[in-house]
Amino acid sequence: MTATRWQTWLWLAQRGSAAVLALCVLVHLVTMIVVVQGGLTAGDILGRTRGNAGWAAFYATFVLAVAIHAPIGVRTIATEWLGVRGRAVDGVLVVFGGVLAWLGWRAVAAVTGISG
Amino acid sequence: MQATIAVKVWRGTSDGVWQAFDVPRRDAQTVLDVVTHIQRHLDATLAYRFACRVGMCGSCAMMVNGRARWTCRTHVDVVAPEGALTIGPLGHLPVVRDLVVDMAPFFDKAQRAHAAFVPTATRHDPFAVVPPTSPARRAADAGIECIGCGVCYAACDVVDWRPDYLGPAALNRAWTLVNDVRDGGQRARLQAVAGDAGCHACHTHQSCTRACPKHLAPTGAIAGLKRATARAAMRGEID
Amino acid sequence: MTTAASARSRASRDPAAWHAFVVHRVSGLLLVLFLPAHFLVLGTALGGPAGLEPFLTWTRQPVVKVAETLLVLALAAHLAGGLRLLFVEFVGWRAASQKTWLAAGLFVAILCALLFALNVRS
Repeated sequence: MTATRWQTWLWLAQRGSAAVLALCVLVHLVTMIVVVQGGLTAGDILGRTRGNAGWAAFYATFVLAVAIHAPIGVRTIATEWLGVRGRAVDGVLVVFGGVLAWLGWRAVAAVTGISG
Repeated sequence: MQATIAVKVWRGTSDGVWQAFDVPRRDAQTVLDVVTHIQRHLDATLAYRFACRVGMCGSCAMMVNGRARWTCRTHVDVVAPEGALTIGPLGHLPVVRDLVVDMAPFFDKAQRAHAAFVPTATRHDPFAVVPPTSPARRAADAGIECIGCGVCYAACDVVDWRPDYLGPAALNRAWTLVNDVRDGGQRARLQAVAGDAGCHACHTHQSCTRACPKHLAPTGAIAGLKRATARAAMRGEID
Repeated sequence: MTTAASARSRASRDPAAWHAFVVHRVSGLLLVLFLPAHFLVLGTALGGPAGLEPFLTWTRQPVVKVAETLLVLALAAHLAGGLRLLFVEFVGWRAASQKTWLAAGLFVAILCALLFALNVRS
C-alpha cells in the first residue's frame, strides 16, 4: 500500500473510531458520575459488572475504538513535535495499538469475568 | 503621537541581523511607506518587493510584528500604536535577501497539489454551462479570488511543523478545482492532496483564514478536501 | 530575536482556535498516558475484589480526587473538541459558528468536571 493510501485510511480510522468513542465516552462519563455517588468499593464495581454480557460488549468495543484512535493521535504528535518521520512511526503506532488492545481487553475480562 | 517610529528591519539571509531605523511618522502611513522611506532615504541597500501598492497583487507580503500581512494595506497606526515596528521577510520561505523571499517552494507545492486546471474541451466544443448558484460553483467561487500572496502559508503552524505540507493556498486552489465541473483531473488531484503532506495534516487552527487579506477560508476548503478524499478512498480511488 | 525564522507562525494564530487545538492535543496526550495505567489497575480485578480494593483505597485521598476530576475534564474537553472537528470536517465549516462551538464545548467540559467533583465521595 502506498504511503498516501495508508495515511488517508489512518485519518478515516481515527475519525470513525472518534465517532464510536463519542458514544462510548458519553456513556462512560454519565456512568461514572452516577456510580461515584456514595463512594465506590471494588465490591460495588464488580457487583455491577461481573457476568454482565452487556457491559462486556460495551467495554470491549470501547477498548477497540481507543486502541485504534489513540495511537494515531500519538503518531501525529510524534511527527509534528518530536520530528519522528517515515515508516518508523507507523511501527510504533501498531505496537502501541496492540498494547492498548491487549491491556484493555484484559481489563474488560477482569472486571466482567467474561473473556470473549 | 510620537514624531518617529522605531523600526527594526531584517537584514541578511536566513542568517542576519535586525537593523534599527528611525522613520518619521506621517498620517495614514502604511508599513510599505515605512520600508520605502528607509530604502530611499536611509539605506539604499535594503532589498524588498512591491508592485501595485494598492492591495491587489500581494507582492509586498512581509512579517509585521510577527504577523504575515500585506504591508501596503497595513497602517502603522493600527499595528504600532506605540511607535515600534518589526519588519521581517515572509515566513516559512527561504530568504533571498533582507525582506525578499524565494516564492518557488510555495508555487512548487501548488504544482504538487495539482492546483492547475485540466481542460477536457476544445475550442470546437460549445461553452461549458456552469450555473453560478450550483453548490459546486458556490464552493469554487468562495476560494477563487486567491492571488497566491503566501500570507496564509506564512501564518500556518503545520507548514512550520511539517516541511512537506502543501499548505493552505495550494489546497484551497485544489478545492476550487475539485468543484470545477469542467475539470478532467479530479482523480489525480484527490490523490495529490491526500495524506500527511496534504489535507489530512490540517488541524483547523484557522490561522490561514484569520490571515488571508482577501478574506478567504482555506480552513473550509481543506475540510472539503477531507470529505472528497474520504469518499474517493472508500471508492478505492486513492492509490 | 537573532534569526528571521523565530516565532514565525505564533502571532498569526487565531486565539480561540489555537487554544482549542492545544486543549485537544494536551488532553489527548494526558488521556493516552493515563489509559495503560487505568487498564492495568482494572486488570487487578482478575484476582477478584480483593485484587482491586487496595487500589481503590488509595484513590480515596483528596489529591487523587482532584486528579480524577482533571481527568474527567480532559476527557470531556477532548470529546467536545472532537465533536467540533467532526462537524467541521464532515458537515462543513461555518465561519460564524466556530466561537459558539468552542464556547459550548468549554461549557460542557467544565460541567462534566463539576458534576463529577461534586458527586464523588472520598
